[in-house]
Amino acid sequence: MSGSTSITYLEAIRLAQQKALAEDPRVFIYGQDIGGFGGAFKATKNLAKEFPGRVLDSPISEDAMVGLAIGAAVEGMRPIVEMQFADFSTCGFNQIVNQAATLHYRTGTPCPLVVRLPSGGTPGSGPFHSQSMEAIYAHYPGIVVMTPATVEDAYTMLLEAIALDDPVIFCEHKFLYYHLKAEKLPEVALPFGKARITRPGRDATVVAYGAMVHESLAAAEELSQDGYDIEVVDLRTVRPIDTDTILASVARTGRLLVVSEAWPWGGVASEVIARVATEGFGLLDAPPQRLNAKETPVPYHPALWGTHRPTASTVANSLRQLLEL
Amino acid sequence: MSKRSAAVPKKSPATSRAASPATTKAVREKPSAGSVSTLSKEISRRAYRTMLEARLLEEKLAALYRSGKIVGGVFLGRGQEALSVALGVHLRRGDVYAPLIRDQAGRLAFGDTILDTLRTYLGSSLGSMRGRDGNIHRGRPSEGYHAMISHLGAMVSTVCGGLMAKRFRGEKGAVGATCIGEGGTSTGSFHEGMNMAAVEKLPIVVVVANNQFSYSTPNDRQFACADLMARAAAYGVAGRRAVGNDLIDCLEVIGIAVSAARAGEGPQLVVADLLRLVGHGEHDDASYIPAALKKSPLGEDCLELARKSLVEKGWLSEKEASEWHKEVEKEVDETASKVLREPAPDPSEEDWNAFSVLGRGDG
Repeated sequence: MSGSTSITYLEAIRLAQQKALAEDPRVFIYGQDIGGFGGAFKATKNLAKEFPGRVLDSPISEDAMVGLAIGAAVEGMRPIVEMQFADFSTCGFNQIVNQAATLHYRTGTPCPLVVRLPSGGTPGSGPFHSQSMEAIYAHYPGIVVMTPATVEDAYTMLLEAIALDDPVIFCEHKFLYYHLKAEKLPEVALPFGKARITRPGRDATVVAYGAMVHESLAAAEELSQDGYDIEVVDLRTVRPIDTDTILASVARTGRLLVVSEAWPWGGVASEVIARVATEGFGLLDAPPQRLNAKETPVPYHPALWGTHRPTASTVANSLRQLLEL
Repeated sequence: MSKRSAAVPKKSPATSRAASPATTKAVREKPSAGSVSTLSKEISRRAYRTMLEARLLEEKLAALYRSGKIVGGVFLGRGQEALSVALGVHLRRGDVYAPLIRDQAGRLAFGDTILDTLRTYLGSSLGSMRGRDGNIHRGRPSEGYHAMISHLGAMVSTVCGGLMAKRFRGEKGAVGATCIGEGGTSTGSFHEGMNMAAVEKLPIVVVVANNQFSYSTPNDRQFACADLMARAAAYGVAGRRAVGNDLIDCLEVIGIAVSAARAGEGPQLVVADLLRLVGHGEHDDASYIPAALKKSPLGEDCLELARKSLVEKGWLSEKEASEWHKEVEKEVDETASKVLREPAPDPSEEDWNAFSVLGRGDG
C-alpha cells in the first residue's frame, strides 16, 4: 500500500484493517460504534460500507465481545475486537486472560484473535481514558503484546497480528494517532518479535516502546548537542520481548535506561531490567535505570498529565544522571 | 408439546410470572414454526441409556476420588442427567456445545466418551487435555465442543462466536447450546452473552438448571425476581420451561427449543427446576439442603423417573434396563482399569509453551 499523500498512524491502522478485510474472508471487526459511525477515533471509517456485514457495532459488552471473538476464532475466523479505549479492556479481562490465553495450551486449538487497545495518555483524557495496559496482558503466558511506535509498524504489525495464530493485544498509541505521519506504507517489515535499533549510539542505551520511543529520540537528540551518542531501541513487541537485541545494545554501550509510560510496579521496564541484570550483568558499567509514569492514576489536567508521564526532558535528565554513574 | 412448556412472546412477560415455577402451568402459546415435537421412542431410549452411562461413570469417578486416584475435585451431575441429556441428544455434528459443570450426560450424548472423561479426570497423557487441565474442563473446541473455563457465564458469548463464524461463512442449520446454573445467571458475563445473542439473533439454546442452590447459597440470596423465566422476555428471547427431573418433558421442551433455534427463531432460554442430589463437589456433603426439599417432587431421582416412564410407555422393559445397567457398569469398570494403567504426563516431555509456536514463550 503506498500513496503520495501523508498517512497518519491512525490511518495506517485503518488501512491495515481494510487490507485484511479485502484479502482474508475470515477477518471481521467487532466493537462499539465501529460500523456506520466508523469508531470513536475513526479507525474503521467507511469499512462497514466497504465490507457489508463484516464490521459490526457491538453492544457495550467487553466481556461478551471478546467471548464472541474467541468462539469465532476457534471456528476458524480471524476476529478483530476494537476496545473503545484500552482502559475498558478490564471489563473483558476475564475472557482475554482466562479463555483466549489458556485455550491453546489447554486444548491444542489455536485462538487467533486481535484485541485493539487505543492506549496511553493524551492531554485531558484523565484516569479512565489514558491507561497503558501492556504489562498486565504480557504477564499472562499465551498472549502476544504489540506496541507499535511508528506509522509503518502500526500498519505492518497489525497485519502480522491478524496473521498470527495466537491472541494478540495490539496497543496502538492514541498520542501517536495524529502526530505521526509517513509518506508511504512499507511492503516489508522486520521479523515478528524483533526490536529495532531506531538510533544507533555508543554511550548509553534507551529501551522504549510506543509513544516513549519519540520522547527518547528527542532526548537523545538533546544529548547529542553535549557530545553524547545515545542508542534508542524500540521494543515494538513487548511479548515476546527481544532480549537478544537489548543485550547486544547494552554490550555496546554499557549503560541502560528503560522508559515506559506505564507504572513501574511489575511492568515492562522492570522486566527489561531484570533480564539485563540476570543475563547481562557483566555488560553493565552502571546500575540499570528506569523511568516510568508517576504512581498515581493518570491525572486529567494537561499540566499534571505532562509531568505524570516521562517526556523528552525527563528522559534527558535521567540519561545525564546515568552517564555520570 | 408438553403442557408445561410455552413459548413466551416478547411482549407478554406476564405469562412467565410464577411464584412456584415447578408447579405452575405457563400459558400455552401457539406453536411457532420451529415448534415441532421431536419426542420418539428412539431418542428417549438413547437418552436413557446415556443418562445411565453418565450416572454409573460418575459413581466410578466418585469412588476413584475417594480412593485418592483422582486429585483436585469431582463434580457430579446426579439429579441433572435428564435435563443435560435432553440438550445433548438434540445436537448434532456441526453444532456448537459448551457444557458446564453438571453436564456429563449431555457431553456423552454430544459425542464425548467414557474413555476421554476418565482420561481427563485421571490426568492420562493420552486424554484430550493431556493433564494440562482436568475434570469438567475438557473439550475439543475445533470440533464445536468447547472446554469450559471456571468463570461462570463466559461460555455464552463463546458459543455466540462459534455461531457468528458459521453465519459469516453462510452455513445454515447449526445451533449453539450451553447450560448454566441459576447462580451463574447472576454474572455480568451471562447477561452480556444473553443480550448479545439476542441482538445478533443467534440460534442458541441456553438451558438454566435451577437446582435451588449455587454451591450452598439458596435462591433467595441469588436473585430477587419471582421467576427466572421473566428474564427471557427481558432479553427479548423465547422462554420455555421444563420439569428438570422429567426426562420426557425435558426432551420435549428442549427438542422444541432446539428446532425453533434451528428454524431461525433466535435465542431460546429454557429454565428447568430440579434438585442437585449430591454436593457441589464430592468434598461437599450438601448438609445445607433441607430434608423436606429432598423429599419433595423436586428431589425425585430423574434416572428412576425416566426408567419408570419409559417402561410405562412400553419403550423399555425392566429386563432391558437391568441388562443396560450391567453393560454400562462393565464398560465403565474396564475403561477405568485401562486408563489407570495409562501414562501420566511427564514434566520432562512437556513443551511448557502456551503459544502456538514453540519457543515463543521464552521471550
